[in-house]
Amino acid sequence: MQTFDLETEGLRALNSQLHALKGQTNLTAWEIVNPKGAHAIAVGLDAPIDVTVRGSTGYYCAGMNKQATVRVAGSAGPGVAENMMSGTVIVDGDASQYAGATGRGGLLVIKGNASSRCGISMKGISIVVHGNIGHMSAFMAQSGNLVVLGNAGEALGDSLYEARIFVRGSVKSLGADCIEKEMRPEHYELLEDLLKRGEADAKAKPEEFRRYGSARKLYNFNIDNASSY
Amino acid sequence: MTDLPRTPPRYSATFTPAVNAEIRRAAASGIYDIRGGGTKRHLPHFDDLLFLGASMSRYPLEGYREKCATDVWLGTRHAKKPIHLDIPVTIAGMSFGALSGPAKEALGRGATEAGTSTTTGDGGMTEEERGHSKTLVYQYLPSRYGMNPDDLRRADAIEVVVGQGAKPGGGGMLLGQKIWDRVAEMRNLPKGIDQRSACRHPDWTGPDDLEIKILELREITDWEKPIYVKVGGARPYYDTALSVKAGADVVVLDGMQGGTAATQDVFIEHVGMPILACIPQAVKALQDLGMHRKVQLIVSGGIRSGADVAKAMALGADAVAIGTAALIALGDNDPRWEEDYQKLGTTADAYDDWHEGRDPAGITTQDPELSARFDPILGGRRLKNYLKVMTLEAQTIARACGKNHLHNLEPEDLVALTIEAAAMAGVPLAGTNWIPGRTGGF
Repeated sequence: MQTFDLETEGLRALNSQLHALKGQTNLTAWEIVNPKGAHAIAVGLDAPIDVTVRGSTGYYCAGMNKQATVRVAGSAGPGVAENMMSGTVIVDGDASQYAGATGRGGLLVIKGNASSRCGISMKGISIVVHGNIGHMSAFMAQSGNLVVLGNAGEALGDSLYEARIFVRGSVKSLGADCIEKEMRPEHYELLEDLLKRGEADAKAKPEEFRRYGSARKLYNFNIDNASSY
Repeated sequence: MTDLPRTPPRYSATFTPAVNAEIRRAAASGIYDIRGGGTKRHLPHFDDLLFLGASMSRYPLEGYREKCATDVWLGTRHAKKPIHLDIPVTIAGMSFGALSGPAKEALGRGATEAGTSTTTGDGGMTEEERGHSKTLVYQYLPSRYGMNPDDLRRADAIEVVVGQGAKPGGGGMLLGQKIWDRVAEMRNLPKGIDQRSACRHPDWTGPDDLEIKILELREITDWEKPIYVKVGGARPYYDTALSVKAGADVVVLDGMQGGTAATQDVFIEHVGMPILACIPQAVKALQDLGMHRKVQLIVSGGIRSGADVAKAMALGADAVAIGTAALIALGDNDPRWEEDYQKLGTTADAYDDWHEGRDPAGITTQDPELSARFDPILGGRRLKNYLKVMTLEAQTIARACGKNHLHNLEPEDLVALTIEAAAMAGVPLAGTNWIPGRTGGF
């Protein structure tokens, strides 16, 4: 285990050391102490390593992650795991706005609640939130999966493309062009896998969820739908 | 009675035939007009400025003997690897999707041969473009189509796009007819649907957030890449100052003459300011912060010739960017395709339905048959020639003003032909020492 004190060694040294880990490395386990809400912790990683941050993080923790598993043993500020490509990011506490924004792959797990715009513009990432999510979540979400064990705020899935949204609790309102859809066998199968990988299989079962997706009415502009935009 | 003269038909200056035609079009279609390009209205522009040249009090440089340098460094504020260009005319961001793959290749070829940079666009980085561009600027846009850390690292600079001159405050729309397989795959969306590009970034709002976003991009790329911030010409003093505050190495300022692949005509024609009005405000912001020449300023929007380049630089820009002019150099709107333009209900030099994907010149299209009309090697050569001519023209003017580097051109070298241009550019009306809004005169 490599222990890195962010307060004394600094952000640049941290990311630079983590970026230097290419391909097969023996330095696979890292612990970052004293994060104290710093921004851009463990961003741009591209190696199969495990990084645990002991405390809460500021903006963009694990941004653009590839391959690595990053666990925040605390809460995460805005944009955690933004544009993640692959790997896993787990937040033990809550996450602020834009969690998993534009993520293209991998798995983001938030054990607490996520604020507004969770999964905004997501492009292939899977996100599992154990608690609730705020308003405008999955706005313009293109592909991937958003699983919410709690409730969703206003305007869920506004202007949605092909992403799939599963919510166990209530949905305050659906956004433009987002509708409830039938749960088919492949969706139960998908949920079972995501709940398991999202460390949530003991808390919820696939059959407790409802599925939401795009009505695809706004895919090509039609003046008669103008009031929906 | 019949011999009395009749009142001849008189067109309204308000309800012109063009205005009436647009009313009829809107009434018939129920949708606003979407088109490509920049504003087509007459605006105060570089044509309204003149250089004074050398005289008794200024010595000119000998055209064929004395050097007039043209190079520029970009990104010297923070980046470990700033960019050095031979000429200060860069190629503006235009997306693969809006343009064909071969057109992007040609831009890379021409820019590289001329010693300058090209820029990606709202569709990610293509192999054609990266492979043929020695210096490539990678745009970071609200849509984040195709965004990934590997391309960030193989870019030579990163341009965070806040806005563009054709539509400050607007997002984008690539219509379904241009979404062929490869474009759809790169953008992670179904084929054939309209692709809306958001007007705001998904994970930051405002200059305080942008400062943190720029920190993240620098950390991901180990502080190697210059980071540009591109803004549309709206509030250039404050936008420039806030970009500097957010940590930009370079500010890119795009006036309303700057083109777009597809936007509402009403947006293009009625939002934003001409580049002439933007440059002095941006330069003033940099000067007030003590950052002029430390944070470089690239300006764009209606740059057509070496005279425009020299005028922009005399007003304080470090470099310029061209988009529409580069497409014309490649062959866009060329009269050789007139027959095809007529079939589309338009004519060469007026074609602007770039969003429809039926470009006879094969540049703003994804249609394989039309794309095949365009030769990227020949197009690249034409662009190189054009860039070289612009540079020679700018040097000719600079030497006449006694300057041994384009960066030594200054507002004092300029006068304005109109009161409007004098006020906007902050240079005297020709034949007076009057700068409207600043100094008295005669």
